[in-house]
Amino acid sequence: MPLDANTPDLRTEFKSVGTRPNRPDGVDKVTGRARFGADFALPGQLTGLILRSPHAHAKIKSIDTSAAEALPGVKAVITYKDIPEQEGCDKDVLVNIMARGTALYDGHAVAAVAAVDASVARKALKLIKVDYKVLKHVTDVDEAMKPDAPVLHPGRFDPVDFSTLENAAHVSGKEERKTATPAHSNIAGRYVFGHGDPDKGFKQADVIVEHEFKTEATHQGYIEPHACTASVSSDGMAELWVCTQGPFMVRDVCASLLGMDVSRLRVTPSEIGGGFGGKTTVFIEPVALALSRKAGKPVKVVMSRSEVFRATGPTSSASMWVKIGAKKDGTFVAADAVLKYQGGAFPGSPVEMGAMCAFACYDLKNVRIVGYDVVTNRPKQAAYRAPGAPMSAFAVEGVIGEIADKLGMDAIDIRLKNAAKEGTVSSYGPTFGPVGLVETLEAAKAHKNYKVKLGKNQGRGVASGFWFNFAGNTCVSINLNVDGTLALALGTVDIGGSRASMCLMAAEELGISYEDVRAVIADTSSLGYNDISEGSRVTFSSGLATIKAVRDLKVRMCGRAAKIWGIPEDAVKWENGAAHPAGSNAGNFPPLSIKEIAAQASATGGPLAGHYEINAEGAGPSFATHVCDVEVDPDTGAMKVLRYLVVQDAGKAIHPSYVEGQFQGGAVQGIGWVLNEEYFYGKDGTLQNAGFLDYRVPVCSDVPMIDTVIVEVPNPGHPYGVRGVGETSIVPPLACVANAVSSAIGVRARTLPMSPPRVLAALEGVAASKA
Amino acid sequence: MSAVHVSTNINGDDVEFVCRPDESLLDVLRDRLGMTGSKEGCGTGDCGACSVELDGRLVCSCLVMGAEVGGHKIETIEGMAQGDKLHPLQQKFLEHAALQCGICTPGFLVAARNLLERNNDPTETEVRYWLAGNLCRCTGYDKIVRAVLDTAKDMRKSAAKSSAKKPAAKKKAAPKKTAKKGARHAA
Repeated sequence: MPLDANTPDLRTEFKSVGTRPNRPDGVDKVTGRARFGADFALPGQLTGLILRSPHAHAKIKSIDTSAAEALPGVKAVITYKDIPEQEGCDKDVLVNIMARGTALYDGHAVAAVAAVDASVARKALKLIKVDYKVLKHVTDVDEAMKPDAPVLHPGRFDPVDFSTLENAAHVSGKEERKTATPAHSNIAGRYVFGHGDPDKGFKQADVIVEHEFKTEATHQGYIEPHACTASVSSDGMAELWVCTQGPFMVRDVCASLLGMDVSRLRVTPSEIGGGFGGKTTVFIEPVALALSRKAGKPVKVVMSRSEVFRATGPTSSASMWVKIGAKKDGTFVAADAVLKYQGGAFPGSPVEMGAMCAFACYDLKNVRIVGYDVVTNRPKQAAYRAPGAPMSAFAVEGVIGEIADKLGMDAIDIRLKNAAKEGTVSSYGPTFGPVGLVETLEAAKAHKNYKVKLGKNQGRGVASGFWFNFAGNTCVSINLNVDGTLALALGTVDIGGSRASMCLMAAEELGISYEDVRAVIADTSSLGYNDISEGSRVTFSSGLATIKAVRDLKVRMCGRAAKIWGIPEDAVKWENGAAHPAGSNAGNFPPLSIKEIAAQASATGGPLAGHYEINAEGAGPSFATHVCDVEVDPDTGAMKVLRYLVVQDAGKAIHPSYVEGQFQGGAVQGIGWVLNEEYFYGKDGTLQNAGFLDYRVPVCSDVPMIDTVIVEVPNPGHPYGVRGVGETSIVPPLACVANAVSSAIGVRARTLPMSPPRVLAALEGVAASKA
Repeated sequence: MSAVHVSTNINGDDVEFVCRPDESLLDVLRDRLGMTGSKEGCGTGDCGACSVELDGRLVCSCLVMGAEVGGHKIETIEGMAQGDKLHPLQQKFLEHAALQCGICTPGFLVAARNLLERNNDPTETEVRYWLAGNLCRCTGYDKIVRAVLDTAKDMRKSAAKSSAKKPAAKKKAAPKKTAKKGARHAA
């Protein structure tokens, strides 16, 4: 039997893979037929709305819902009392979906209503009386670490005494000691990575650069607000239609919060209008279920844009210190960093991943990173595309840019000199397998954009970036239809065209046409558990499982051919969409096509299907190098991105258009982060810019075409060499644009966003120092 | 608040509905008429996902009250394809992979069609500024702009062909109808 479903088989020649067909869900999406989160409606459904805290930090003394309940048309009002704490549930998620005694941030849910329509529901919200006692608040990460800062969770986090740290040898010096205080209790976690001896390493350096950096919180900014429709019957059976990156996660978390058996809740994911990590947790879903449970009717909850900004997770804001030492030839001899990320009102900022990624691009003998996870009176952060990595890369790549300038070295050459490659012991522990950083640097250097002559007030920046990529739990089923076409059931939500990639891989493996495979995203009752569509894992993991499920099906189809021909199963092989005798000894039979096998399935033993379940590993990291040209207006501080190039390793691009799309989308989100986007908090700790007018994501006229080069260094962990590509693309832009600005006007931006007033102030500072 | 009875025309069909005075045209389209192709991304006219044409003028339907569309002509994404034939823009969006999640796509298509009806030879800059009222968070806009420019190119080619056959045919499609007083809601 030449077909062993468990044999790794790195394919390098392809027919379907690498082509650019139209996506199977495309027509529905260009005609308005595709159903997103808010597009579901059930007969008799109610409108659910949530009352939110207007205070950044407040004791909730009492909640009086009686007037709201008495309003005609109101069918249910709930507070935390209607969602009693269940044993073993995630307490932070429970407290985040509905405040229990203390409102921890502006926008924290306090109560919810379900009414016959939105108009009545809005009136009911106004009738709920909440008696608050306003407490002192803190929204800045450095402020939150100070000893006199208001403590969000009294008694929960052990104080960190910097002055007596037992492992002080592993902790960087200057910055940490500067903020050293006897005790803190907003510090939820401390992470240390590295190897070698940085203190010794710095002694060998010819040049040392160290700086402090700050970045503001940015929101994922998906255009589709969170939306769901819940229906709980009186027998406890429940259904939920929801836009989420993880329907199985939603099912399990909601069941746990509401004390339901998992089997009672069926979650059907809608099409999803963007997530970028922000839809990897629950906000309104358990609330909608609780409302429906109390009202006895279906309840639809759709967030407003302002609720999305105030109450869902942006990423962390960060305060960082980075120090790198290099020899005259550009070799890095030591690197050191302290990262402080606030993750909102609960533990879980992505500082650990930020710390792991900070120096991952480089081959360093002496490296140390310390990260602090800090809580503040802001919404609970959620994952945002390569969580934690863009900030630390901003600091590290900025310092590297300055070292290159000091040494008079080319920005790509200094990175090539130190680039991580196969065999490099990474700064966070593991040794890299085949990786493509060097290839991205070489391709960037060879690209025409790198040779364009720059004019006055124009500058060029370079930055590299890394993301691990995840794999995880994945199930796929493929069913052979009676006419020989196929139904492919996937458990990973399709955020950006992944169905097309899965169909391509299934078609490739079977040797049939792409059009003969239809992919659907299954509900949670139709497939085994799948991890969330996150960590750039979908094309890797569901792709791997699709290929393995198809191989399973091929074995079965060969078995049927063997039965028809009356020869042993291992005398049959699969080629070009048909079963063939494996060799001349097997007999001289004309091939049996997939259509012929399908037509005879019933007569030869029954329906044919393949499936595969795995907790996948071997995702294979993806590296990128970006090159950006900007022009700065010295009179206004305004900046224009003239050219932008993304070069990234995709391992193998299954559908190159959607790979390019990931590169381009990530780059533009990064451009928004560096130029415009930020959470503004008032003195009272309330969010001042909870709308797209004031929280300005890049618009079409802000950016140029985004040039792309797909590098393909195959990932040995995937049968076709695939690496995830979704996240790395947002890692380099912050530093890349900042480095370009520095080259244009000689001002090093170390605080983001680099809004025109900030750039202008920096320019005036330079002018003043020269005068 | 008593409901208002409205007679209007949507995608060429006469339509009647009742709505509360506080409902936007977008609310009416989505919740009363089941036309969920127009999306609500913000409700404040900042994202363009709810773009429709009102008497030929591009507006955010979240900024138009349902009660005030009586007697006007509304074009939505649902009216863009003719039967099973996609509009050239829809086809080009697919071919160029100009959508990832797809939530902004109806708004972009309606806005782009409105542009090409006024100007079938836009520059890249004109396309970018015309579409600056539509937010896309997935694509970085590159493939959207390419799809629109490519559609315009094809439209010019076919216009040139048909004008070669029929010398009287107009070179440029005129705007459907000039905006009436008060039609500018997206202030």
